[in-house]
Amino acid sequence: MSTPMSPSASPSRAASLTLAWRFAAFHAEGFPVLPTLILLVLVLTAVFANVIAPSDPEIGTLGERFRPPAWQVGGSEKYLLGTDHLGRDVLSRLIFGARVSMVVGLTAVLFAGAVGTALGILSGFLGGWVDQVIMRVTDTWLALPALTFAIFLAAVVGPSEMNIVIILGAVYWTRYARVIRGEVLSLRERDFVRLAIVAGCSKWTIMRRHILPNVLNSAIVLGTLMLGVVIVTEAALSFLGVGVPPPKPAWGLMLADGKKGLMAGYWWLTVLPGSCIMLMVLSANLLGDWLRVKLDPQLRQL
Amino acid sequence: MTLLEVDNLVKHFPVKGGFFTGGGVVRAVDGVSFRIEAGRTVGVVGESGCGKTTTAKVVLGLETPTSGTLRFEGADLQTLDAAGRRRYRRSVQAVFQDPFASLNPRMRVGAIITEPLVVHEQLARGEARERALRLLDVVSLPERSIDLFPHEFSGGQRQRIAIARALALEPKLIVLDEPVSALDVSIRAQILNLLRDLQARLGLAYLFITHDLAAVAYMSHTVAVMYLGKLVEFGPARAVATAPQHPYTRALFAAALPSHPDERREDVTLVGEVPSPLAPPPGCRFHTRCPVVMERCAREEPPLVHTDGRLVACHLYSPTPGVGPWQPQRAAPGSLTSPSFTTGGAP
Repeated sequence: MSTPMSPSASPSRAASLTLAWRFAAFHAEGFPVLPTLILLVLVLTAVFANVIAPSDPEIGTLGERFRPPAWQVGGSEKYLLGTDHLGRDVLSRLIFGARVSMVVGLTAVLFAGAVGTALGILSGFLGGWVDQVIMRVTDTWLALPALTFAIFLAAVVGPSEMNIVIILGAVYWTRYARVIRGEVLSLRERDFVRLAIVAGCSKWTIMRRHILPNVLNSAIVLGTLMLGVVIVTEAALSFLGVGVPPPKPAWGLMLADGKKGLMAGYWWLTVLPGSCIMLMVLSANLLGDWLRVKLDPQLRQL
Repeated sequence: MTLLEVDNLVKHFPVKGGFFTGGGVVRAVDGVSFRIEAGRTVGVVGESGCGKTTTAKVVLGLETPTSGTLRFEGADLQTLDAAGRRRYRRSVQAVFQDPFASLNPRMRVGAIITEPLVVHEQLARGEARERALRLLDVVSLPERSIDLFPHEFSGGQRQRIAIARALALEPKLIVLDEPVSALDVSIRAQILNLLRDLQARLGLAYLFITHDLAAVAYMSHTVAVMYLGKLVEFGPARAVATAPQHPYTRALFAAALPSHPDERREDVTLVGEVPSPLAPPPGCRFHTRCPVVMERCAREEPPLVHTDGRLVACHLYSPTPGVGPWQPQRAAPGSLTSPSFTTGGAP
């Protein structure tokens, strides 16, 4: 007698089925395809800026000032998106601007994340006076308006890309510290942390091996959400003249340079960098929102 | 040989007062003494909030006792030097109730099991792996488990992982804090049998904390019954389970399911809730719910006295002349009229 069909006919087929199922679930949960694509394009643009940019972003031709985009009357094939008040190619500046935004945004988020996560873990796990000191400093920090605080710091240390990263990190670490501390407070009451104590682990080992890996998800989600905020702040600082110093092509700086031309009809000088900022921030936020739901330890019941 | 001697252990938790209410102390454990012999099991039973888990935490060094002494192999834990404390840590391990919370979700099973070894012995990677495989074999898990994450296992399998980890350092005492309470009934027996098997093979001592009376009777050599931070009865498991003496123990075992449907049980029903350990009742702590309460119970705290081969803290067995063992005629409300109660003899 032949055996009837067994539920697990072949292990490889079962494996590919689960893979297909996972892929389907991935889509069903509203994975933000468009925002991810936009971010991907922006990242690639930033990485390969010097390859794709048609001309130097910092040197213009004074005879070619205020050229409109190629499709408008007076536009030229040479400057697809027109030129600015110094005759610099807007497209090249936008491309290199993506690099500035990405580098500043990512490093600032990493910096703020590293400081904030470390302090949050220390505060939540050690408790006592360490917790008190760190949390009171965090409260004070949060009471200051972020942008004003950043402008103040920028005015003190002077504008440079490096300084912007440090300033943004210094302004935004508190968000991490707060969220991570809350997670640690619940984590340290978990049985596996108690058992680590019973096993003889030192506090340092417990924080490194048991607490940190379990808060990393939250830190990543927060980082993605913070990326948008940090990029907007960087643009705002550049716009106000205390961010990335002038010859560099930063989007905020382009906005500031172009705003005088708005009344003269030079729309491409403001609308284009503005749209770039909006696209990047919106994409980062949508992706972050999705990640938050996807990786939320409460929702996943970890 | 006495492995662990707990003497008059007290653990109070201070409670911060609110705006209108004053602060106070929760008397989680209030003067508990017992000893654990090497290779034997002491079972601790009681309702939630009776202090059994707090006792376990103090034994594990997760809480410091308010007063009282713990002696491990004759040495007082409080006077131990760093090396002595480390040796104590190695000798006492634990398995907790919730197998979903007691394993780090971000670590692989191999790392979980060998973590105590790595901390205490600085093992090389290859050697640690070999030890992990051996431990997996001891708890009957397949070898490939070593590279998997905890979420890929069922509750019973996770508890096996937790047991393997507890065994890694070859401890002398394992504190089992409700090790099977979170498991399916069908899995419980497997885990309990595994634990008994390991005890026989490795000569482990267990401090077995549970509210499962059948499990405690099956697993333990000695049983301690706790109520509101106090020990009310302490004696050989068989005797306590088959002929409980303290009214609370009687009610507890009467509430357990009989092993056979035809088995006759006396019907003792306790009314009311366990009083708050913030303000335990004066005298005998059980007097507010005791079916055979006497006038004296509210005044005097009954000492633990030897009765019928065990220790019982109840005025029914107090040696005070004239008050003697309780007689059915003097019965207070309740239907405690089983003859074994007066004779107190174990079958």
